[in-house]
Amino acid sequence: MQHELDRPIQREVIALSVNGEERQLLVAVHRTLLEVLREDLGLTGTKHGCELGECGTCTVLVDGRPQLSCLLLPLQVEGAEITTVEGLGTTAELHPLQRAFAELGAAQCGYCTPGMLLAARALLDERPRPTRDEIREALAGNLCRCTGYVKILEAVELAAERSGT
Amino acid sequence: MSGHSGRLDVIGRPLPRVDAAAKVSGVAVYADDISLPRMLHCRILRSPHPHARVLSVDASAARRIPGVRAVITGQDLPIRYGIMPVAQDERALEAEKVRYVGDPVAAVAAVDEETAAAALDAIRVEYEELQPVTSIEEGLGEPADEPIHDRAYTRRPFNVHRQLSYEFGDVEAGFARADHIREDVFFYQGNTHLPMEQHSAVATYVDGRLTLWSSTQVVHYVHRALSRVLELPMNRVRVIGAAHGGGFGGKTDPFAHEIIVSKLAMLTGRPVKCTLTREEVFYAHRGRHPVLMWIRTGVTRDGRITAMHYRSALDGGAYGSYGPASVFYTGTLQTTTYAIPAYRFDSVRVFTNKAPCGPKRGHGTPQGRFGVELQLDKIAEDLGMDPAELKRRNFVRPFTRAVNWLRITSCGLEECTARVLDASDYRARERRAGRGMGFAISSYMSGAGTAIYWNDMAHSEVQLKVDRTGVTAYCGAMEIGQGSDSVLAFIVAEELGLLPSDVRLVTADTDTTPVDLGSYSSRVTFMAGNAALQAARRMRDLLVEAVAERMGVHGDLSEIEVRDGRIGDFSFEEACVIGSARYGALATSGSYRPPRIGGPFKGSGVGPSPAYSYSACVVDLEADARTGLIDVRKVWIAHDVGRAINPLLVIGQIEGSVYMALGEALMEEQAYRKGRHKWPSMLEYKSPTFLDTPEIESFIVETVDPEGPYGAKEAGQGPLLPVLPALVSAVHEALGVWVDEVPVTPEKVLRALESRARGGPPRHGPKAFPAFDFGETIRVQPPDPHDMRIGGELEEAFRGA
Repeated sequence: MQHELDRPIQREVIALSVNGEERQLLVAVHRTLLEVLREDLGLTGTKHGCELGECGTCTVLVDGRPQLSCLLLPLQVEGAEITTVEGLGTTAELHPLQRAFAELGAAQCGYCTPGMLLAARALLDERPRPTRDEIREALAGNLCRCTGYVKILEAVELAAERSGT
Repeated sequence: MSGHSGRLDVIGRPLPRVDAAAKVSGVAVYADDISLPRMLHCRILRSPHPHARVLSVDASAARRIPGVRAVITGQDLPIRYGIMPVAQDERALEAEKVRYVGDPVAAVAAVDEETAAAALDAIRVEYEELQPVTSIEEGLGEPADEPIHDRAYTRRPFNVHRQLSYEFGDVEAGFARADHIREDVFFYQGNTHLPMEQHSAVATYVDGRLTLWSSTQVVHYVHRALSRVLELPMNRVRVIGAAHGGGFGGKTDPFAHEIIVSKLAMLTGRPVKCTLTREEVFYAHRGRHPVLMWIRTGVTRDGRITAMHYRSALDGGAYGSYGPASVFYTGTLQTTTYAIPAYRFDSVRVFTNKAPCGPKRGHGTPQGRFGVELQLDKIAEDLGMDPAELKRRNFVRPFTRAVNWLRITSCGLEECTARVLDASDYRARERRAGRGMGFAISSYMSGAGTAIYWNDMAHSEVQLKVDRTGVTAYCGAMEIGQGSDSVLAFIVAEELGLLPSDVRLVTADTDTTPVDLGSYSSRVTFMAGNAALQAARRMRDLLVEAVAERMGVHGDLSEIEVRDGRIGDFSFEEACVIGSARYGALATSGSYRPPRIGGPFKGSGVGPSPAYSYSACVVDLEADARTGLIDVRKVWIAHDVGRAINPLLVIGQIEGSVYMALGEALMEEQAYRKGRHKWPSMLEYKSPTFLDTPEIESFIVETVDPEGPYGAKEAGQGPLLPVLPALVSAVHEALGVWVDEVPVTPEKVLRALESRARGGPPRHGPKAFPAFDFGETIRVQPPDPHDMRIGGELEEAFRGA
């Protein structure tokens, strides 16, 4: 039977800029950015819920814009600056959004949290004092099954409030 | 082991969860984040047919593919397993027969996932298709083809898994006393947990010892299943709970992929990982049972219940799972909210050729709650009474025993009701077409009173170690996002005068932690909490004694304060050194076993809980008669948790429950067409987004249960239950029609309106409950409602009776 592996796999050397670090990689061209981040670069903070662009869990920032890493190929983002949750802050110095999420209980199982944080970061970069409706709209592509979204909404508001003062 | 006197420093404060920083920074390690040297990747070949005989499996071509290290089939894993001792009906790989689309038949371990996937394509399976059983009605009828399981395992007519019939008190006499009797039929569609994290497991096999990291809710039960199926002694198997990306009941069974990666690790001597695809998660399922209900209730003129007869039929899917308990749970807890003087309960679970159903948040109880609440609303309408008032008249009282022997301790129903009715201004609500409010209540268990497998041991054990470096708590409890780890840390910190972050935790590791039965049935706070409290108080006493000796204090040690990181004159660190010098290796333990409170009849083990939570809910919505669309404006919810160990986490559980309930009420359904899942993807299986979730106002009610740790009861499941009937009741108020089934889709709303317009009944829903012989009814003498005896004293009374 003819299956995928009977065809030669095309590989390319690509240069990615992730969280301010330049990385050169040899990757099979069909691998997604999600897979390359998690498996080749060890950045497992980026999670996956469907790998079909349905849940928002794998959201990363590409030049500051939220994108689904499961639908991107590394070749498409060469030359762009990619930000993952590891680049948002560290346990030693949390980003204001991370701090607000932690304080208000906006992360329960924590699995949607990295994607949620990055989508929120993109929103606050563009609109430092968003309305509640703007927050809901901006995060509507990110599913969460634990929180009912209430604490996430409050955490984004709190982070916005703190950065504004 | 309960009530706490004096000031509380940690308990009751809205502190961040102990794992918050790890989770918001992305460093928490979930099962799929684990990558080990030489690790192989596993993929599973699953049945494309809902019901078929497996004639042959030919894996020879797959084995020849470079990079494939092992292929296994049903021959390699012949031993059956299942979460309940009476339902050992699954195999990790089926060799003879497949019973649902997604039933595993073969598995591959290869150097990468792509090679494993290619190998699956190369496996040849020959099937002989059988007629699938696809509905409750078909399952109750004579099989059209061979039954799904062996005849010896099932009951006549052979797709019936379990059935039961109980009568508590004289139901006919109760109906004879009634001034008004109503019969209604309701349907609750199945739905799934949809955790954001797909199930994942990694196994290693080194020196004859198997280690499995898994996204499970129950490391202990997985430990038992692996030992059984792999024929390894328990001491050769270690199960570790990885950081957990959401369960809601969906990761409470031992799963095929956990067994498969373990077997493959044993065969290859290399680590093996399997992460399910999202589509496979829909097949793993174990979600909400679809339940058809028929309820007959009699009331007096002033709305007091005289008798209730409740029937339910559960669509169990292909395997037993928790079904033998689920079949009880649809009916046992009606009596923990309403004082029903005579109660009859018949229930049946059928096998169908669909993904197996099991426990989802509320396990079996949301369905019955849905029917009972709505029927009481209809009775109130018949009598011209306010439904909230009619329900209030029937509320159980604290510290009473229900007609089916369930022991009720603390009960905040009245206060919960008052909070939501006041906050929503329910009594003065605006009444106009298209706008409605609905009210409902519920109750849930704080852990099951009996273990899944019968044994005499504690349900939860905690060990504390103090050495010269500080304190560590060890417990098998599993953090699944609900705050299990935080509860342990808060309780130990409270007792030792520390901050939660001062307490090191080792949890959910069967090699290093004592057994806790796991995160299901809302048991962790109550059971692991009590065990932690006992261990911590014992440790506190030892440290105080050592410090007192050093301080030269004798006799009354109560003047030695344990607070703010200090014990008496010393810092906690110094006290640890003093204690280590005084005792050497220093450890204490605590354990919790629920009191024996079951009634004097077979089957009384399902339903008893050491305490019940209570909740009340009001839903406010607008419904559009032209489109059938429902716009939920706001939900008010009050939850009696006994005491909030951490109000931040409690509110999070309440809000999450309301959200999940709204998904079930409005859109979520695990539905099938000809035995195939209609929408096994997150795009098509609709769940509420940020934009679909309304404002939720939550109230914590504290009744301080006498047996809970600091008075605490469950928090995470009960608040789901009242939301669905409250929503349907609000739709009725808005549009004047009943939608007697969930989810309440716009289409069903319009059908109800059309039925009314045609002069038919102003409702949409199931028309009848199928005829079925539930067999002989077990008749049970009800207890004296004020008899609160437990344990040996109660059992003595049974013998005397």
